[in-house]
Order: sequence, then C-alpha cells, then structure tokens
Amino acid sequence: MKYALLLYSDEATEPDMTGPNAADELAPWMAFGEALMQAGAMLGGDALQPVATATSVQVRDGKTITSDGPFAETKEALGGFYLIEAADLDEATAWAAKVPSAVRGTVEIRPIMSFD
Amino acid sequence: MTAAVVSAIDVAFRSDWATLVATLRRDLRDLDLAEEAAQEAFAAATQTWRRDGVPRKPAAWLLTTARRKALDKIRRDSRFADRVPALIQMVETTVELNVDTRAIADDRLAMIFGCCHPSLAPEAQVALTLRYVAGLTTAQIARAFLVPEATMAKRLVRAKHKIRGAGVPFAIPEVDDLAERVDAVCAVAFAIYTEGHTATDARRLVRGTLCDEAIFIAETLVSLLPDDPEVAGLAALLLLTDSRRAARIDDQGQLMLLADQDRSLWSRPKILAGAGHLNRHSLHAPWTRFRLMAAIAAVHAVAPNWQATEWATIVNFYDALASHSDDPVIRLNRAAAIAERDGPQAGLAALDAISDDALDSYHYLHVTRAVLLQRTGQTAGAIEAFRRASQVCTNETESAWIHAQLDDLVS
Repeated sequence: MKYALLLYSDEATEPDMTGPNAADELAPWMAFGEALMQAGAMLGGDALQPVATATSVQVRDGKTITSDGPFAETKEALGGFYLIEAADLDEATAWAAKVPSAVRGTVEIRPIMSFD
Repeated sequence: MTAAVVSAIDVAFRSDWATLVATLRRDLRDLDLAEEAAQEAFAAATQTWRRDGVPRKPAAWLLTTARRKALDKIRRDSRFADRVPALIQMVETTVELNVDTRAIADDRLAMIFGCCHPSLAPEAQVALTLRYVAGLTTAQIARAFLVPEATMAKRLVRAKHKIRGAGVPFAIPEVDDLAERVDAVCAVAFAIYTEGHTATDARRLVRGTLCDEAIFIAETLVSLLPDDPEVAGLAALLLLTDSRRAARIDDQGQLMLLADQDRSLWSRPKILAGAGHLNRHSLHAPWTRFRLMAAIAAVHAVAPNWQATEWATIVNFYDALASHSDDPVIRLNRAAAIAERDGPQAGLAALDAISDDALDSYHYLHVTRAVLLQRTGQTAGAIEAFRRASQVCTNETESAWIHAQLDDLVS
C-alpha cells in the first residue's frame, strides 16, 4: 500500500536547518531518507517552508479568495511529507516512528486513495 | 427434529462462528467478505440441515459452504478477480476446520489482534471484539451498550472502513511489539467486563452478558497464549471478581458492599478457576497490572469475612500496583485498604494525600471518605461526602445505595 506521512510540529521548537549547525541537524533526515531508499520504500517527499509563507485559496461563487496564512491556525503546522510504500499500517507506523521530528511533533499516517 | 437442528446451529454458532470468520478472513483477506460468507453459510445450514440432518462435522460443512458462497460472490465482482484461483483450490480440497489447531489458533489470534489494533478508536475495538471474537450480533452489542442498533452498525461499518482503507494488519505482532499489543487486547477485554460490571447509565448494576463475554474472551486468550502470565492474570481477575456477582445485589435489588456480602453466595467454581489461572504461572513471573489486581481479588476470595481479610497483604499488592502506574483509582483503593489495616484515621490521611481533580467526579472517592468519616464519628462530614457522591454518581443502583446511607445519617 501507499501511505503519506504528514509531518506536523511546532515550528518554534524545530531546529534551524539553515544556521551554522545545519549539517548536524540535517544528518538524521539524510539517514532516514537513506533507510527508506535502501528498503525500497521511498516514493517521494519534501520539506515545506515555514507556515509564514503559506497562502490559502478558496473559490466561492466563482470568485477566488486569497488569504495569508495556513488553512487552519494550529500550534503544530504541516512541515513536510513523505510518500512511502509499506505492506500494511504496522509497517507504515514503524517508518513513521523513525521520522526524526516524531520525537517533537506528530506524524500523521494517511493511506493514499486508490481509484482502480 | 427441528428443535434439534436449531440447537445444533446454536451450538455451532457459539463454538465456530469466530473461528469460521477468522479462517475466512485469512482466505479472503477481507473482513466484510468473510463475515458475509459466514452469515450465508449459517443461513444455508438452517435450510439444509433441516432437510438432510445435521452433518457429521458441522464446522467443516460450514467452512466449505462459506468458501463456496464467497467464491460465487467473488466471481460476480471483478474487483476480487485475483483471489479466485486460490479460492477454487480451497473449495475443492476437503478441509476440516479442526485439522490444524495451530493454524486455527493463529487465525483467531490474528483476528483478536486486528480487532484490538491501537490505530482503531477504543469503542471500535470493543465493538469489533464483541462481534468477531465473541460472536455477538450487532443487535446484541447495541443492546449491551444501550445504544440504537443503527448506531452500533454505523460504528462497526466505520471501523471496517478504516481497517480496509488504512491497511490495518490482522496478524500476530512481531516479538518486539507483542507484549504491548497483548496489553492492548487485555485492556479491551477488561473494558468490556467493566462496562458490564458497573454500567454507568444502566438501570441494573450488572449487565451479565458483557461480563460473560469478557470472561469468554479472556479464556479464549488464555487458550491461545497459554504462556503469557498477564493474560492468565486478566482471566483470573475477571473470574475472581465475577465470583461475587450474585452477592453484589440483595433480594430488593440493593447494592451490597464487599464488607456486607453473603459470602456463601460467591461462586466456588469461578473462584477455583480464577485461582487456577493465577497459580499456573510462577510466583517469579513479572507482577504486572492484571496479575496484581487478580492477586488482590484472590485474597478477598479466600477470606472468611471482611474483618479477617489479610489487609496487610492487600496493602502490599496495592503498593506494588501504585508503583506501576499513578492511576488515582489505585491510590484510592490503597487508602481504603490502609483504613482496614490501620484504622479509619489512617485511611483518611491516605485519602487526603490523593489530590487529583479527575477523582472529584468519581463517586467512589466520596463514598470512601464518607464511610471513613462516619466510622470516626464525623457525621456532618460524612453527610457532606455522601451528598457529593450522589451528585456525581450515574448508576441508579449505586445512587439508591448512597441515598439510603444519607437517609440513615440524617434521621
């Protein structure tokens, strides 16, 4: 099955990936990506820029409404995602538990919808 | 003849429904399909058995029939095309349901672990377990939880939707996860028992069906995981607690506290069975939660009366339990046991040491305090505590008991 791992965390507590310690901070993420790749489980994924860069769009009565900020204002914001292949929810859960930010934030596992 | 057939079907349902669904679920890799096929097989049994008599091996007959029904259905539905060849083979080989007991045990365990998977909501775990492990109908589960049947049906459908959509595995967990997952299963059985034992909104204090089913589930677990001391502890706890069922309510339907119960009404067979589960494992096996709770229930079970109970032993077990978890209910019970060992004053001191807001809505806290205050002659305090208890108590039988105490004190 395909699963999306949605990484939520409080941006205030997330380590700085652009500062002088960037290499140290990135190392566990590189290792996690490498492990996914080695297992043939990696289908894709990316980190997102901070929620301050978010724009929300809604179309109502044919009019496009654009506003600053995320769809939902919560303490924990979506900060990135992985798309993985796993046999079942237990396997997906095992990967989710290895996501470096899981010790600070939350990893939401969402099965990918299949239309066949 | 017809009566014999009906009773044969009842017996087959009780003993084979869960196994049948578990085996079919493995064959078909789909809980809904498995359930439907099992249901159709039982429907066919009522007709065929009436006409031709009860087959020599009812379970094998049901499995073969269910597989044929599933095959028919799958052939009509292209989504399942990939499963047809395997199924044809299964239908063609004459399989006896009880040939490979290990495989059957594995299927049933897989079913239990699937129903109690931590990714499912607790109330869904309970409903699924009652449906697929204990074999209750949706209507029976709804009645036991005092909700409309449509509500329970919706809950089960939603749970099955999640199971299929999210890929919730029906499998025996890896060794690393096993202990944790067994705990989760035990917690579901315990929740079912507790719901039956003190239904929060029920007219009657004990809803027997749920207690019986929880014991059935616990004993099933023991038979499937005979080496697990905590599973045995759960079965022991439920049986020992349930041995007092007949004594908990008097002839007028009033609640009887443990101290006042007629101990001759306690069920000896249940006490022996419960103690047996506890004794089958070494004293050196880890003293986990349910084993400790069972040990406490066992001390009560062998005491000739309330006064002659070994309260020091009980306090020790509560100390061990409290070191496991900071559950305030355990500390409350520990305080009550201290009151019996060292007197009401010591009990009140132990109660005062429990400062937990969550407990304020727990009527047993106020009842315990009221009873201890009463014993130290502090009537006004006792009245106040009983009043608070009656404000937060939602069980009618227990509420009636609290009001009776209040009436006695005020008059």
